[in-house]
Amino acid sequence: MTGAGLTALLSHWRRNPWQLLTLVTGLALATALWSGVQAINAEARASYAAASDTLGAGDLSRLTRRDGQALTVAEYVSLRRNGWLVSPVMEGELRTPGGVVLLTGIDPLTFPTPAGAGPSATGPMQNLLLDDGPVLFAHPDDVPLLTGFDTDVRPDDRRPRGQAMADIALADRLLQGDGQLRYLVVAPAQPPQTVPLPDVYTISEPLAQTDVSRLTRSFHVNLTAFGMLSFAVGIFIVYGAVGLAFEQRRPVFRTLRALGLPLTRLMALLAVELTFFALVAGALGVTLGYLIAAALLPDVAATLRGLYGAEVTGQLQLRPVWWLSGLGMAFGGTAIAAGSALIKLARMPLLSFNHPRAMSLHAGNAGRWMLLLALVLFGTGALISQVGEGLFAGFGLLACLLTGAALCLPWVLAVCLSLAGRISRGPVSEWFWADSRQQLPGLSMALMALLLAMAANIGVSTMVSSFRLTFTGYLDQRLSSELYLRVSSAEQAAEIEQFLVAWSVAVLPIVSVDLREGGLPAELFGLRDHATYRDNWPLLSAVDGVWDRLAAGQGALINEQLARRQNLSPGDTLGTGDVVLGVYSDYGNPAGQIIISEQQFGARYPGLSPRQFGLRTETPDELARTLRNTFELPADALINQRDLKDFSLSVFERTFSVTAALNLLTLSVAGLAILISLLTLATMRLPQLAPVWALGLTRRRLARLELLRAVCLAALTGLLAVPLGLGLAWVLLAVVNVEAFGWRLPMFLFPWDMLQLGVLTMLAAFLAALWPAIRLARTPPQMLLKVFSNER
Amino acid sequence: MKDNSAGYVMRTLAICCVCLGMTAPASAQGFAGLGADAEGFSHPARDLPIVFPRDHGPHPDFRIEWWYLTANLKDADGIAYGLQWTLFRSALEPGDAPGWTSPQVWMGHAAVTTADAHYVAERLARGGIGQAGAIAAPFTAWIDDWEMTATGDGIADLNLRARGADFGYDMALSAGGPLVLQGDAGYSVKSASGRASYYYSQPFYAIRGTLQLPDRDVDVSGTAWLDREWASQPLGETQISWDWFSMVFDDGARMMGFTLHDSEAGDFTAATWITPEGEATPFPDGAFVSEPLETAMVAGRSVPVVWRARLPDKGVDVTVRALNPQAWMDTLVSYWEGPVTITGSHTGQGYLEMTGY
Repeated sequence: MTGAGLTALLSHWRRNPWQLLTLVTGLALATALWSGVQAINAEARASYAAASDTLGAGDLSRLTRRDGQALTVAEYVSLRRNGWLVSPVMEGELRTPGGVVLLTGIDPLTFPTPAGAGPSATGPMQNLLLDDGPVLFAHPDDVPLLTGFDTDVRPDDRRPRGQAMADIALADRLLQGDGQLRYLVVAPAQPPQTVPLPDVYTISEPLAQTDVSRLTRSFHVNLTAFGMLSFAVGIFIVYGAVGLAFEQRRPVFRTLRALGLPLTRLMALLAVELTFFALVAGALGVTLGYLIAAALLPDVAATLRGLYGAEVTGQLQLRPVWWLSGLGMAFGGTAIAAGSALIKLARMPLLSFNHPRAMSLHAGNAGRWMLLLALVLFGTGALISQVGEGLFAGFGLLACLLTGAALCLPWVLAVCLSLAGRISRGPVSEWFWADSRQQLPGLSMALMALLLAMAANIGVSTMVSSFRLTFTGYLDQRLSSELYLRVSSAEQAAEIEQFLVAWSVAVLPIVSVDLREGGLPAELFGLRDHATYRDNWPLLSAVDGVWDRLAAGQGALINEQLARRQNLSPGDTLGTGDVVLGVYSDYGNPAGQIIISEQQFGARYPGLSPRQFGLRTETPDELARTLRNTFELPADALINQRDLKDFSLSVFERTFSVTAALNLLTLSVAGLAILISLLTLATMRLPQLAPVWALGLTRRRLARLELLRAVCLAALTGLLAVPLGLGLAWVLLAVVNVEAFGWRLPMFLFPWDMLQLGVLTMLAAFLAALWPAIRLARTPPQMLLKVFSNER
Repeated sequence: MKDNSAGYVMRTLAICCVCLGMTAPASAQGFAGLGADAEGFSHPARDLPIVFPRDHGPHPDFRIEWWYLTANLKDADGIAYGLQWTLFRSALEPGDAPGWTSPQVWMGHAAVTTADAHYVAERLARGGIGQAGAIAAPFTAWIDDWEMTATGDGIADLNLRARGADFGYDMALSAGGPLVLQGDAGYSVKSASGRASYYYSQPFYAIRGTLQLPDRDVDVSGTAWLDREWASQPLGETQISWDWFSMVFDDGARMMGFTLHDSEAGDFTAATWITPEGEATPFPDGAFVSEPLETAMVAGRSVPVVWRARLPDKGVDVTVRALNPQAWMDTLVSYWEGPVTITGSHTGQGYLEMTGY
């Protein structure tokens, strides 16, 4: 009996291969989107973990000279001899025939080790310990570059590309004296000091945690949220397909039960069947996810590098964590999608008829519960926006908003449809609205998916477009000089400055030093007082007479990131002792920035002379050529503002290409959901259409009405998606963005884009409805007649 | 987080050792590599005697060397303390060079021991940059802010200080007797096959100063013993551990004795009897006998902490008991080092060092 039952159940799929295809496709797509996103996240996290493992110097406080100069060996020894447990870190560029490698030399003898690290840790390293001779550690890809240095080069994939590490003696030898002790790392546990730290030095706090993963966490939460959204939309498809299959097989179930197959056995068989599909679709999905991830990863890697300076390898590895999670999601998703169908089956009386009206009434009951739940969700969202803080609050708000709106949808649509029914005249149109309302419960899942997909589309595209507009304008302001020049020495700088006098070119020196403000990296700039800045600098808030006060050395400007991070506003005092005079926007930069006047900078760092200059000129190309020829400058010494802008914009475009791709996928999935729902309904609706047909409406007209209905419902949903999408955009721009990137963006509206999306959605709905409508138009009259003779 | 830090320690140590070409702490090269091959290095010779003050300073052509000071101290209430200040020099290659490329590696160990606590600190440094080193005259030896510096000629009067995370000390020493050349005029044989080191001591220091302990500063005074030793390959490849005793008897006499354990050739012992006036008598292999009486579990090892030590030629038959059995030096190369009390045919105090456990 079991075998026969299973054969009977499976025969359905043989007769309906398209349905099988949609079920498997839906599940596979959902799994693919989810596991693709997970794969990207897992890869990036593995990269960060490797990066933060490499030296660990980021976890340690650093001692630097206040004037920004490198330390001498004598200074280092003097600090040691005064009891300070510091360790030198030498850095320098190692020129190889194949390119420049940043070489870091550490002193393993004094490099701080965590407390309690006894010699017991050496055991498994015996084979390494017995080696002798100096060793250079480099990324495997860089090993060939370094073979010409007469030293043992070890591949070490924890090294970032382009960076090598060695013992300080070897580094000193290889760098031929060019290596500098830019900082000393400070051991966390210092003996009680008897000698205070000389005033020329300053100790900066360690980076708060591994700062790369901290900075990029938001980006990944972002991606994960999109992955979840895609998955949710995919599950709607599965829900539809499973619902359809159950609905169509009711007679089979009944027959099987009547023949004596116990309910539990039937349920078990169905569960086995679904598990099998989940397994197949899950495997397909994971494979597809791998392909998606492989396609998107280079962009993600570029984004992470451009935005946060985080190094992520562009190559994808098969990591069990994400393919297991992908399969898990496939099973879980199937269970969720099939759960209600199985429960319905369990409750189904053995000899029940199909009563769509009763189902609709039942759905109305469920609709009230959904509405209540939606209200609770909206309340929670409001509470979160008031009380919550941080990225998770932002996403919590988003989740409440989106889920709440989706749950409201059937009720809102029902109200709209009954309103339309009330104002419509004539039997056909009244029937049309009433029938639409009746159809609503069956379509609501698909429409919810559509609502979510459209809202996400509107929200994200509004954010991206707002960002693009703001960012382009900002670049125009910030990159106000036509040419940017980098020189190799102070002498060359003076020579070129002298030369430029004749060209009557305004020269704006750019001089900066790295420091830490509040434990996080920041840059301090010295700014020459010039109209270029006064006219163009994008200030968000400032005290009165900000530029005069800055020029007079009365304070500093800071970027928005720093202001938000440290909760600073004009009038507050920085760790450097400067008063904040103003805050400017600084998109695309993860680090904090502080700007003081050129004079103040010179007084604070007398040894630092500017090596970069902005040049204001009417004829950038000509000037660049002349400078290059006159001073034999290398190719990268002069950068045209246009190129810089293009580069910045490309970093930005890549940031959102991933989002755009996911967005498009989500929308297509929603379209598929509508198609499947309509297919499901088509078979169920025959008993309702038959009387209308019998009353004289032609099949063609009925089919046209079906199409009209689909477009109407899509249009209504689309209309509702607009405010929801804008709400989503607002949360993204004003809450999530601030948390993720450290800046807030003004919101712009793009009605034309929304209109396009609306048309596109209706087109999708039309196309989705086309096939069921054509089928209806071609339904043989005898099928319709059968409804009267044989109520299934 | 935990995995990360463990990986990090492993890596740092590995890099440390790989970069510097350090040998394994315990291998087939004697304890701490003291039996390792020493090609290119100088070796002790009987016909090249020790010369002062030159030999208070470093000998970069020899592979290893140490300035090893231990002290038995008491405070005003009669509570006993032990103190250790050691500077090791280890050369990766013979000779020296200025700057980072110096092949000389320096290692400092400092400890203070009470009956129930043992404070340890360790410092590492490379030569060539001035972070650590030693100068013969005027004598000074240092690593970071730890130093042992003469206040007069030679090494008769010293200032001594060191500091760890939770302890420190500032001491002044003054020698009440002459320097003692160990073995044959400073040529100290370490194995039956004739391996040897240069070895002299100053066992007559009176020491006074302040110990900084986590909860208090204590003024203390007592006796101290300085050992100076340098060699290139003092141990045979199969000499895997040793027990070394320094004893200061209440009657003013001193005695040094050690047993070197060989995994193949059996034990090798040596001793020096020093009269209160500083006349030294060396004793050959077999004259000195040490046997463990009781062991304690220390740092996961079974370590003898009560010994019977005999030098029948001088009528010495004593029980040597650790003040604090847990005096384990949990350093890069780990060993047991701590103050002892002596009872039996003679009474007094001293220091015990045990390696290879």
